[in-house]
Amino acid sequence: MSSLAATLRLRGLGREYRPRMSWLKERLGRGDTETDLVERLRDGDEQAFSDLVDQHGATMLRVTRLYVRDRAVAEEVVQETWLAVLNGIDSFAGRSTLKTWIFRILANRAKTRAEREGRSVPLSAILATDAATGEPSLDPDRFFGLDHPQRPFHWAARPRDWPHDRVLERETLELIQSTIDMLPDTQREVIRLRDVEGWDPGEVAEALEISDGNQRVLLHRARSKVRAALESYLDPELSPS
Amino acid sequence: MTQVLDDITCRELVELVTGYLEGALSDADRTRFEEHLEICGACRTYIEQIRLTIEASGQLTEEALEPSARDAFMDAFRDWNRSRSNPGTSD
Repeated sequence: MSSLAATLRLRGLGREYRPRMSWLKERLGRGDTETDLVERLRDGDEQAFSDLVDQHGATMLRVTRLYVRDRAVAEEVVQETWLAVLNGIDSFAGRSTLKTWIFRILANRAKTRAEREGRSVPLSAILATDAATGEPSLDPDRFFGLDHPQRPFHWAARPRDWPHDRVLERETLELIQSTIDMLPDTQREVIRLRDVEGWDPGEVAEALEISDGNQRVLLHRARSKVRAALESYLDPELSPS
Repeated sequence: MTQVLDDITCRELVELVTGYLEGALSDADRTRFEEHLEICGACRTYIEQIRLTIEASGQLTEEALEPSARDAFMDAFRDWNRSRSNPGTSD
């Protein structure tokens, strides 16, 4: 990796960003703590199960609703998944993480249920279609046209620096939240899992049963739209909404 | 002037940003991407904005489970646990 790439990546991660439930994530992290958690679940430790529900329950319900719309049905699917997890915990061999294993069971159950409920188009097909639809990340007017004598397809209206402090203000975060809420289902779910909840690309692709490439396209669309919304807000002169 | 044709443009770069940050570009594309960044301050600003977008999204609150759903899951756990320790008396 060149030093420029290294710098960009390092700056992109870390920084004084602290996920809300980091203590829980640490407790439920890989390695010894996960082995310990699995042991406790096998022993029927209620606190261990309660921690797991707090960590994954809301996400499980949301992911399920990509497959089955009805909230009550989705809750049933999640409940069935928990029972399958508990009944299978003795045979969980740790070849994947517990999280990946749980969401794999969830995806299978949700898919089966969606078929039974008569949802005709499988989620994987919807996701693939969304990913294949061409959609520029930015208004094409932000760039010069092909006919520009010196700089075809370069910035006509270049982006300008944002004040870092304003980006993290409460009002700005609310704007990001509402922008994410309004994204198409699949883009919304991918950006939530990746950027809000901090999942790995592979974990997202597996939980949603999509290819790594489609995961990336959906994330790209979602991030581009959130960036554009931020620009309209932070630099309205340049990019009126 | 094949060199010029090979350079990526700003309009292309904004579509490659996620692939770049995910480490999914080919070596050749990554090199072209980084060469473009070296000479284009506007695209560096764009990437910085994407980076800030990701950082800010990471500050959003993860939603919590509704208490009713949480209670239902905990009840299911207790039932499971009971039926497991007393296989004859469940149901």
